[in-house]
Amino acid sequence: MKKFIISMLSIVLGLIVGGVILKLSGISPLEAYQVMWEGAFSQPNYISYIIIRSTPLILTGLSVAFAFRTGLFNIGAEGQFIIGAMTAAYFGFVLNLNPWIQIPLVMLMATLAAAFYGGLSGFLKARFGVHEVLSTIMLNWIALYLSNHVIFIEGFRRPSMETTEFINPSTSITILEDWKISDMGLEWLSRHEFWQSFMRPPVNAGIFIALLAVVIVWIILNKTTFGFKLKAVGFSPLASEYAGINTRIKMTQSMMISGALAGLAGATHVMGVSKNIAVLAAHEGYGFDGIAVALIGSNHPVGVLFSGFFLGALKYSGQKIQSSLEAPSEVIGIMIGAIIFFIAIPSIFNFVLKSWRKNP
Amino acid sequence: MSTIQIIFLFSTTLMYSTPLIFTALGGVMSEKSGVINIGLEGMMTFGAFAASWAAITYSNPWLGFIVGGVAGMLLALLHAIASIKFKANQVVSGMAINFLGLGLAIFFCRIFFEGASMTPPLDLETKIPQIFGQYATVYVAFFLTALIWFIFNKSSLGLRLISSGEHPKGAVAAGIKVNRYKYFGVLSSGFLAGLGGASLSIAIVSNFRPTLISGQGFIALAAMIFGKWNPIGTLFACLFFGFSQALVVFIGGFETQIISSQLLATLPYILTLIILVSFMKKTTAPSALGQ
Repeated sequence: MKKFIISMLSIVLGLIVGGVILKLSGISPLEAYQVMWEGAFSQPNYISYIIIRSTPLILTGLSVAFAFRTGLFNIGAEGQFIIGAMTAAYFGFVLNLNPWIQIPLVMLMATLAAAFYGGLSGFLKARFGVHEVLSTIMLNWIALYLSNHVIFIEGFRRPSMETTEFINPSTSITILEDWKISDMGLEWLSRHEFWQSFMRPPVNAGIFIALLAVVIVWIILNKTTFGFKLKAVGFSPLASEYAGINTRIKMTQSMMISGALAGLAGATHVMGVSKNIAVLAAHEGYGFDGIAVALIGSNHPVGVLFSGFFLGALKYSGQKIQSSLEAPSEVIGIMIGAIIFFIAIPSIFNFVLKSWRKNP
Repeated sequence: MSTIQIIFLFSTTLMYSTPLIFTALGGVMSEKSGVINIGLEGMMTFGAFAASWAAITYSNPWLGFIVGGVAGMLLALLHAIASIKFKANQVVSGMAINFLGLGLAIFFCRIFFEGASMTPPLDLETKIPQIFGQYATVYVAFFLTALIWFIFNKSSLGLRLISSGEHPKGAVAAGIKVNRYKYFGVLSSGFLAGLGGASLSIAIVSNFRPTLISGQGFIALAAMIFGKWNPIGTLFACLFFGFSQALVVFIGGFETQIISSQLLATLPYILTLIILVSFMKKTTAPSALGQ
């Protein structure tokens, strides 16, 4: 509860900092926040865009939060996301089975590949004492270039393009994708204004997968001895070793689960939104934003769910101030930084709370 | 290998190492004083932008270089206040600095340069000059390495700074104003990271753009750990990383492609991982790091 209050206060302070920065640059903060609010909630399709935008953030946020809870700092969600996306794009293109088999199979492969990739960092720490921050940074870049290499495989690459071929429709998790553009669908949607707007973006089943992941992570952490052991290793490795827990295996397992979650984010993104992968010059930031999501959600699965939506909404509506006010949308990055900064110093809130208690 | 090829490899190594040397030395300064600094990336980014802005506005590369350092130091001040005064979670605060640095850099870039997310290219007079075929910043980086080595090994300032990071309670008992040294460590770390960013934006590449730093601050952090928090060790770690990047450029220049350029680009990271696996048995982090 205390953590929840700290997060909320930090968000308020972060929004104030953003406002001050806008004001100093000659942009009216009230106007900017109004544009953002309307740009986020005034039309049904804005809401579906926010949901689409939040889905990978919730999953990478869960990935980072899970690692944090078990004493590991997974900067590598970025790379694990890429591995998941790459695997999903490849098998989604090569395989073409019945969707009921195809979708779970491709998703499973992407998740396993990313779990292996994340687990590698855990193994390197457990076996060789290489700090996970270092190994995941290196693995992020290795993943990026590996993915770029795979894109150029003949047959998989779209001729003379810096992207791959699209995945087979049997791999798609976009909801009612064909129906939306069929005569019947168009006719029905034209009579239902709300749904017509809501269904315009590539609404996909990824959000249900993210919700399921939230529940599963919560259960693992709170209701299983396995999760208890993982947390114990994070809390005190020496004490857990003494209590007979194999800390090395637990570290690797923990990073595998963390990697799996980030890979799932990549898979849902490819299968639901992008449908292929493109050559990357730099990291896209899904994993780094996941760190922000985890911190704002105070590493609790339910907190991560809400902060994922919050960040998704902030990032989506932030673009709108660029187009309508010519205000730099990067103010969103500053706000996120400020929010995390205040979360890092809970003691200032204690100070405020104490002085409130003294002089009500 | 011909002489020209060796010279090419050597000078490319120096070029790629320089930003890392500045920034990694910054990491050493902060962590030796006992404050974790994973915000180097953000400080570097903000420094890179501020340097190119000042160099363009005042047509003076050295002023730009210093402004870059000061910009990094401003962000470091936030990290220092949070970490030292408010006993913040230093990893979280550092991460916040990373988001802030990138956000502030592009935000102000758009404000000052008519909505563009990158600065216009610098002309030759506003770039850092070259001496013997190397940017002058290369020599500055080596000089600072020697200076920091001297501070840590031959001066009471360095000794007190180290004692603040190794055994703060003992240092207090010995009458050392620990917090003052911690502030010094963190602020100089930000200054150095800012110089690192500047050495990219106004020397190697001649403008600032959002993807300019993309991860070099983290690589510098890796170099610092790999160099065992020692200025000379860190220098060699940075040179090693610079060398492997130069190797990528070198092998990529061959007419017959042995390996795809994308796979080749993973070489520095794979080499670093291999080296970490082989040599990281024992850590030598300052004992009171993060407390």
